[in-house]
Parts: sequence; structure tokens; C-alpha cells
Amino acid sequence: MLVATKLECTRGGHVLFTDLNFSVKSGELLQIHGPNGSGKTSLLRMLCGLTQPSVGKITWNDSNIRSLGEQYYSCLTYLGHMIGIKDDLTAVENLSISCALAGLEVDNKMALEALQQIGLKGRENLLARVLSQGQRRRVSLARLLLVKTKLWILDEPLTALDVVAIKLIKEKLEWFLAQGGMVILTTHQDIDISATAIHHLHLN
Amino acid sequence: MLAMRRQADVLITLFFFIIVVSLFPLGVGPEMNILRAIAPGVLWVAALLASMLSLGRLFSIDYMDGTLEQLLIAPSPLFLLVLGKMISHWLVSGLPLVLMAPILGIQYDLSLEALGVLTLSLLIGTPILSLIGAIGAALTLGVRGGGVLVSLLVLPLYIPILIFGAGAVEASAAGLGYDAHFSLLGAFLLVSLVFAPWAAAASLRISME
Repeated sequence: MLVATKLECTRGGHVLFTDLNFSVKSGELLQIHGPNGSGKTSLLRMLCGLTQPSVGKITWNDSNIRSLGEQYYSCLTYLGHMIGIKDDLTAVENLSISCALAGLEVDNKMALEALQQIGLKGRENLLARVLSQGQRRRVSLARLLLVKTKLWILDEPLTALDVVAIKLIKEKLEWFLAQGGMVILTTHQDIDISATAIHHLHLN
Repeated sequence: MLAMRRQADVLITLFFFIIVVSLFPLGVGPEMNILRAIAPGVLWVAALLASMLSLGRLFSIDYMDGTLEQLLIAPSPLFLLVLGKMISHWLVSGLPLVLMAPILGIQYDLSLEALGVLTLSLLIGTPILSLIGAIGAALTLGVRGGGVLVSLLVLPLYIPILIFGAGAVEASAAGLGYDAHFSLLGAFLLVSLVFAPWAAAASLRISME
């Protein structure tokens, strides 16, 4: 269970949000809403432990994520704004490396299957520089099909995706939530995901 | 694991080294005695500058495409991942220089023994350059004009390595013992091997805040 208490974020001397409290339990989805610049990405980066909140604390199963360190990271998958795709590597290589970084050994066959599932059949061995924005996004999302983490933090996962891909990701999220996973995401699009509990957090 | 990147940088670094080293004999003229005297210094300074060239790119590409965030939240210890990056930096920008140095040394009429010492001193010295340089690269991440800043930050730290690296070659050319130089270089290498990954990992966390 992820609990955030009294979070505050300041950026360049400007307070983005203050006294923010929420919790996410197994099987729950937290969707964060807010206009541009309201601190959505800052909040997600904070939840990943990439930045320190100026006030407040974040706990995972009752211990502070800062002290858990790698133990927390092994339960977490974060897909950020910048998708971490290397232009000089092929789609398969990109996927295997990002999985290896997440501590997951993936053989070539599994990686190829994941890419085919996400609709990149026939593009697996192309260099990432020749892929379109949506296809690059798909390569990074393919990691969700392989990882076995409990908490997914997704920053605008649906940007640049077409209708088919959005439906696919939606189904994957529903499956993951039904398995007892936790999802925190930001998106400007409306997606109707069926889950045991969906929380909405509005930042402004 | 992380070294899987295709780098045209290897060639750039290597050619920079070759050209800088080759310019001196052309500029100074065929005075064998002068050339022999300046050879260790020139070769070492060129190696320092060449390995600086690619430092800026060590973390900045990962920083821009988001891979660095993934590194920071990877379940394996960050200093190990950083050590991996340092080793790969050395493999592409240090090792080629070491292999090239004896051939370039011939232009300076160095004796066979001096060439051997030169290569060995570079072999011990260039990993230290990658290790210390990575700390500088991590600290200046995301700062505008980071490339110049790295040089200002890191070059002073390279001075001891330059002194003892070039000193070893000079000593052997003068027929003196060079064991002490090598012991000191080895000591630098071990100390930086222990502390540099840790320091660079800490600087990366600070830079990403």
C-alpha cells in the first residue's frame, strides 16, 4: 500500500501543491487530473523517489520509500514523459535493455512476443530512429506486458497512441488491477477503466 | 550491460588523439632531442584532452531521453550501474588510446623500453581519467555550458595523474627507476575505483532532483 501524507511541492520558489494526502491499495487506480503545470509530473517523480518532497512523506507498506530504496524500486515500474528509447537500438534491443535495467531477464522470444502483442509485428528489428512517435511509445509500453511489479506509475501513457493501442492498454490495465496491482496515472484523455476502486485527484 | 551503444565517438576521440600528437613533430621540426624530451608530456596531455572529449556525452544522452530516470529507479545499486558506465566509457575512449600510443610514440624516437612504459602508464592512468571524469560529468548534468564546466572541474583533478604518468616515461627515458610512479598510479586507480562510482552516483541523484 502506498500512502502519501501532507505532501508539498515547490518549483522555483512557487508552491505547486500543499497538504496533499492520499493512499493507493491493492487493486486500486489513482488518476491524477490537472491543467498543464499543476505539478502532475512532479508528483509522480516524487512518488518514484526521484525527487524529495519539500514537506511530507511517502510510505510503501508503512516504511518510508527513501529508506527502502532498491527494495521499493523492485516493486515499481515508472514510465515517464521521456520514454527512454535509444535511437541507435532496434525495438527489441530497447525492450530487452529496459527490462534488464528493471532487473528482469527477458529472452529474445519473450521480447518479440510482447512487441507483436502491442502491434509492432514486422517492426521488431527496425532502429528506433525510424519509428513514429506512437510506435516508440508502444515500444516503451511493451515493458508493461513483461514486468512483474506491483505498482505502476504512468505519466501520460496514452500520448501519441491510436485508438487500437489505447484499447489494448486499457485492457492490460484492467487485467493488472484485477490481479491486485496498483496504478497511478495522469492523462488528459477520458478512459473508462473498470476497477474495484478508482480515485481521482485534482490538482490546481 | 550498458555498453551496448554504437558510438562514432570512438573514432572521434581516437583521431583527435592521433592528430594532436602528430602535430607536435611537424611544428617543432625534426629535432630528435627536443622531441624525445617532450614526448611523454605531449602524449599524456593529448590523452587527457581526448578522453575529456567524450565525457559530456557520458550521461547527457541518457538524461535527455529518460534512461537516466530508469537507472535511478532500477532495483540494482546505482553505483554498480554507474561503474558499468565508467567501464564502458573507458573501453571506447581509453583503451583505443592505450593501443595507439606505442605507434605514435615512434614519431618521437622513444626507445623500446620507454614505449613499453608509456603504454603501461596509460593503461593504468586512463581508467582513472574515466572514473574521475564521470563524477564531473554527473555534477554538470543539465547545466548550460556543461561541456566547458566539466573541463574546468576535472582537469585540475587530472594533474597528479599527468605528473606521475608522464613522470614514469621520463624516468625510464632517463634510465632511472619508475616503480614508484607506477605504485602511485596504481594507488590512484584503486582509490578512485572505490570512491568514484559512489561519488558519481550521489551527484547523479542530486542533479536529477
